[in-house]
Amino acid sequence: MIKVLTVCGLGQGTSLILKMNVEQVLGEKGIQADVEHTDVSSASSMQADYIITSKELAESLQDHSAKVFIVNNYFDMDEINKAIDENMVG
Amino acid sequence: MKFLEADLIKVDVVVESAEEAIQEAGNLLLNANLIEKDYVDAMINSYRKNGAYFVLAPQIAIPHARPEDGVNEASVSFVKLKEPINFGNEMNDPVQLVFGLGASNSDEHLALLRKLTTLLNNSNNVDVLRNAKGYEDIKKLF
Repeated sequence: MIKVLTVCGLGQGTSLILKMNVEQVLGEKGIQADVEHTDVSSASSMQADYIITSKELAESLQDHSAKVFIVNNYFDMDEINKAIDENMVG
Repeated sequence: MKFLEADLIKVDVVVESAEEAIQEAGNLLLNANLIEKDYVDAMINSYRKNGAYFVLAPQIAIPHARPEDGVNEASVSFVKLKEPINFGNEMNDPVQLVFGLGASNSDEHLALLRKLTTLLNNSNNVDVLRNAKGYEDIKKLF
């Protein structure tokens, strides 16, 4: 199973919103994945295949073994769709 | 669970800084007794410490803190700024729509975020919020 982390500063609000929309997009694409939301400091010690976060926080996750990619507008399903296509598919 | 009720909405608010904008959104929750004053301080401290990552779409900020910082009930307030202001988010500044989030540990937190996400995933709703003159305009969205 693919493991995806959505990451924000506190792991309470923003990352959960992103998780909901990422799960929806993955579901529509028929991609099976385990999506978990967390804060930026916990993320560094968690195993994952992909990390999705904001530009602000991506820099502090550069050293993570997961592939890190950015979404700027968490409410733009087209952008999330495109980011997943570019980074996770094929 | 309290979601954008009449006393949790304020439009055309004038602020001089991002911190003041966060304070306004927090005060709406505080005045309704949904959070404690410590939580408002924690919202501002989180901004100072973690930056403006919570500006998660163009013009939209969702400042919040942790449940243990003092939340009485899962809740969302809304402040529409009279003039947009920079929070320091390169991609999504300036901010005009500020949603104060009282984050709880309960299932209501998830339900609340689902409501907020459903609302804001629709860009027509965002336009309505940006042009809202008061609660009457906003309640039509639900």
